[in-house]
Amino acid sequence: MAGGAGRGGAGADGTGVQMAGGPAAGSAIEMEGAMRTLPSSGRPSGTGRLSRGLLFGRNYGLSPGSRLLPPRCQENADPQKTAFLLRKQWTLYSVSPLYKFSNADLKDYARMLGVFIAAEKQKGLAVDVDGELGVKVAMSGLPELRGSEQDPPAVLVQLSLRSSLSPKNSEEKLIWSGWFCCVAGDDLVEDLPENFTCLPLFLVNGAESYTAIVGSWFQETFDCCFRRLAISPLNLTWMAAMWTGCEVDKNTAATELLFSVPHLPQPLDILYAIHPEDAKALWDTVQKTPGEITQEEVDVFMECLYSHFHRHFKIHLSATKLVKVSTGIASAHCDGIIKFLQSQYLIGVLMLLTELAISQIQ
Amino acid sequence: MQRRQSSKHSKQPLQVHHSNQTDLSAWRKGGTVDTEESVRNHQSLSDQKNDNEQDSLEQALSYFEKIQDRVSLKKSAVLQKHLSTVESIALKRGLPPEGFDVLLDVALSGKLADTVNTRLLKSLIPASAIPESSVVSSVSWLCVSKCSSNIQLLFLRWLITMFDFIDHKEQVHALYGIFFSFLNNEKLCPYICHVLYLLTRQENVKPFRVRRLLDLQSKMGMQPHLQALLSLYKLFCPELISISLPQKMKAYFKNADSPWKAAISAVRRRNQANSTVPQPLLLGIAQPLSRKRKWNTQLIVPASSASTQNSAVGGKRSGVDSFGANRSFPVEQLRTFPQLLQNIHRLEFPSQMGSVLTNPLLLHYMNCSKDASVYLRLYYWMGQTLQQECTWCVVDNNQHEEFKGFLETAYKAECFLQEGFLSCEEFLYRSLPLWDGVSCRSQILQLVSWIPLSTFCETKSQLCDPLAQLFFTSSLYFKCSVLESLKELLQNWLNWHVVQLDSEPDSQLSSLNTTLSGLVNGVAELINFVGRISAAALHLEKSHTFLLYFILDFYETVCDIYLKYKLPLLIMPPAGVFYPALLSMDSVNLNQLCYIMYRYRANLIAAKENELSKKKTQQFKFSSQTYQEYNQYITAMVGCLWTSNAFQKDNHPQGICLDDELLKKTAVQEYKNSFNIVYHPALMCYAVDFLQQVWPDDTTFNFNLIKGKKWNWYLRYLYGQGLEGLKLFIESSINRVSKASQSKPEDEKV
Repeated sequence: MAGGAGRGGAGADGTGVQMAGGPAAGSAIEMEGAMRTLPSSGRPSGTGRLSRGLLFGRNYGLSPGSRLLPPRCQENADPQKTAFLLRKQWTLYSVSPLYKFSNADLKDYARMLGVFIAAEKQKGLAVDVDGELGVKVAMSGLPELRGSEQDPPAVLVQLSLRSSLSPKNSEEKLIWSGWFCCVAGDDLVEDLPENFTCLPLFLVNGAESYTAIVGSWFQETFDCCFRRLAISPLNLTWMAAMWTGCEVDKNTAATELLFSVPHLPQPLDILYAIHPEDAKALWDTVQKTPGEITQEEVDVFMECLYSHFHRHFKIHLSATKLVKVSTGIASAHCDGIIKFLQSQYLIGVLMLLTELAISQIQ
Repeated sequence: MQRRQSSKHSKQPLQVHHSNQTDLSAWRKGGTVDTEESVRNHQSLSDQKNDNEQDSLEQALSYFEKIQDRVSLKKSAVLQKHLSTVESIALKRGLPPEGFDVLLDVALSGKLADTVNTRLLKSLIPASAIPESSVVSSVSWLCVSKCSSNIQLLFLRWLITMFDFIDHKEQVHALYGIFFSFLNNEKLCPYICHVLYLLTRQENVKPFRVRRLLDLQSKMGMQPHLQALLSLYKLFCPELISISLPQKMKAYFKNADSPWKAAISAVRRRNQANSTVPQPLLLGIAQPLSRKRKWNTQLIVPASSASTQNSAVGGKRSGVDSFGANRSFPVEQLRTFPQLLQNIHRLEFPSQMGSVLTNPLLLHYMNCSKDASVYLRLYYWMGQTLQQECTWCVVDNNQHEEFKGFLETAYKAECFLQEGFLSCEEFLYRSLPLWDGVSCRSQILQLVSWIPLSTFCETKSQLCDPLAQLFFTSSLYFKCSVLESLKELLQNWLNWHVVQLDSEPDSQLSSLNTTLSGLVNGVAELINFVGRISAAALHLEKSHTFLLYFILDFYETVCDIYLKYKLPLLIMPPAGVFYPALLSMDSVNLNQLCYIMYRYRANLIAAKENELSKKKTQQFKFSSQTYQEYNQYITAMVGCLWTSNAFQKDNHPQGICLDDELLKKTAVQEYKNSFNIVYHPALMCYAVDFLQQVWPDDTTFNFNLIKGKKWNWYLRYLYGQGLEGLKLFIESSINRVSKASQSKPEDEKV
């Protein structure tokens, strides 16, 4: 036994607690090596709590180091069926998983939403008196829009106006449309319990007042949460590179990058347009790994474009903010607005957007 | 007055119900009742204030009720007083329903001057709802034209703005014809149109009314308010109106009564913030307000309402639901705890899980639920809301107060459930690196205290790194706040562990052992982290007394972990904490250190006894290093405080052992005793006081006189001054040869 604190013969003194013998040190090491996982606090495990697996190793808000090239069209899919999605501006939202949503009940949902819209419109505030009762809701599946069988089929919501002058006229005017989709959302889909449906991306075309009503109804009915999905400049550079690399049958539209100069009294935007073939040629020299794009390649590609611009105009574009990217494939604005131009790359673009939406809701 | 009395009575049970709730939560909170108590104290303070306000409002109302003749505002100080009471309370908390009868009567009866009436009308802000009866009687005043046209107009504007707050509208609807007759009044016409627009139902659309409107239109031209009403009529009965109306019209009515609206939303915010219990759902006010802003950008905790989906869609699939036997109990009707108990088997969660946050009854229910989806739903909603509303992560977000309130709500729910939400935890990891340490400081730090232990080992750096960075670069006060919340974090973990120990039967001991080591590791990491930042902070802040107080407060929990929380872990404070406390200038801190060392001793002895008796498996032993460190500290402490061997008996590597030669150079005489209980800077004031009491005539302050018998006297004097920790320390850790003996070696040295 090692003695307590060394003390002299003084009558009053500290009586230290004596230290433990040899084995103590060993047990401390044992402790270190023991299992570290604990049930989540507060209640015994097994009551089925959230999986915490998702949380760790997740880099908040950072994009992955590399992505797969967007796949080209599925030949079996009928481009006609999704043609109405092209050449329209879609505002992007992310949606947390829908609780107790069932594809089999779309008709009931449409009826309930119709009633809800009518009720909202009658709340007494003077908005659009005409056609108050004339909004017709249609909900349908868009099974073409998914990456794999694992993804839930996309859901289309359309509001149309019956003409109030002649109610019997079958002609209806489409006034608002929105669709939920999930393309290759495996990360999230796999982890979700049975009652939840993962359709993380919501795209809207139409008046915000309708978006608000439809969104509120979904939020109240399926306990989900809508958020605008903005696209960061970094992700815009990804889109610029990815879409430049895609084969387009006929090169009509130029690749355009819109930059805005921050901190100026007057807004100053710079539009950088590149002939798509030139852009493609540049990208081909940058891209090394077939079928895959890395962050580094994207950076090099943008760097080349920036230095070319600087050579001519003596402006460092890297000091500005990339606001919008448009190519022959699609165009995307940082506020979260997208326009699809090629049906064969629709799935590919949606895949990237799904990824962004999932990263926002996690 | 009678009515007011009765409504006051009806409030009573509500309040009782509040206190029931807090009691229940206090019972659940167990170890951390302190904060709850302080909240309650705070609440009772504000309750008192509210009572005063309530009284003066009652006085004002009864004054206005009894007022008979015209009273001049300038001349009557009483009127001035009561008027401003009504105004200030209305703007602050809103008026109770019973106030509207009285005030509308006065304002519209024309008894008082228009300036008074205007002020009264402008302050008619409802706290909850407006009774329909008061509106009906107001309309009757309107018909007898006692008040000026300006007041009539103001009343109509008020009615339009407050329309959604009227509790029932059947009787008001019955007055449709009366309102319609006011259309003739050119000045009132636009507002009457608006009221009618709000009231019109299909059965109100009659040919004679259509004719009248068309007449008016031909007389006054295309007025937007007339068009609005006409198009509504046309919508209900297209066959009655053949003229074509413009298809698109942006705004039919001017909507400029924003002061009222601003006041309503301010009152609503305030009332929501003050209360921890669910508010009665304010009638649709959230909707019209949010319409002005972009959709979904306003922070609203949803109200609890039953899922509509089940009744509309689910009902047809499960036939049982349609027969009364198994029908679920709608959450809207859940008001009391007994109700919860009676209906717990047929209760369903609200359609939006977020609403449980402000509903203690549903939190109780959630606590009983084993359904994982409950937590997942809440997780997604809260996670999105926190991210979207975080004022320092989202550009152009100025809703500081709202966000602060939301964090507070989340924290209160966590306290209630006694566990952290995963979404809050993730939010902290995400937002702490961007946090300035100022906005919503106390709320953020409170949330930190509920981070679960199970994830701490893995996420330590995500929490500790940004927190440490802010800690070192922020003010003293911030440092203290961080230490406080880390202490609460530690206590929450330990409490959780104790509850687990109690609830888990012995059969699970095997699994307990593995989890126990994880637990010990996590707790140890936290304590070591706090030890490191504390030592550095003391250095930075020059051993500030206030900071030291918070650090020692943390160690007061640490030193008792083994005995109080049955966790085999004891970690000594680092030298950077121990020595500043030992040499502190402040007796409170020194006393606290003595108490902590006394508790360490008790814990270590208990652990040692347990080890020796070998009753339990020898899985966990304190490392010899802990004992060694304790012994080193105790030697230094006894050397300083008792045996007057300061700077000599200290074998800690970072201790205060100094070379004799060096000490001589300081030219301080008798340096050896300079930290004993007489000369210690924290205790010297006691010694002076003692000398003055024992030798009142001696002004030389000869401290050397305190020895032998006087030493014991002095000790007793110190104990009498509330230095409990010192007493416990000396009585436990110092072996006095014979308690009766008055001559002691060290005393002679002095």
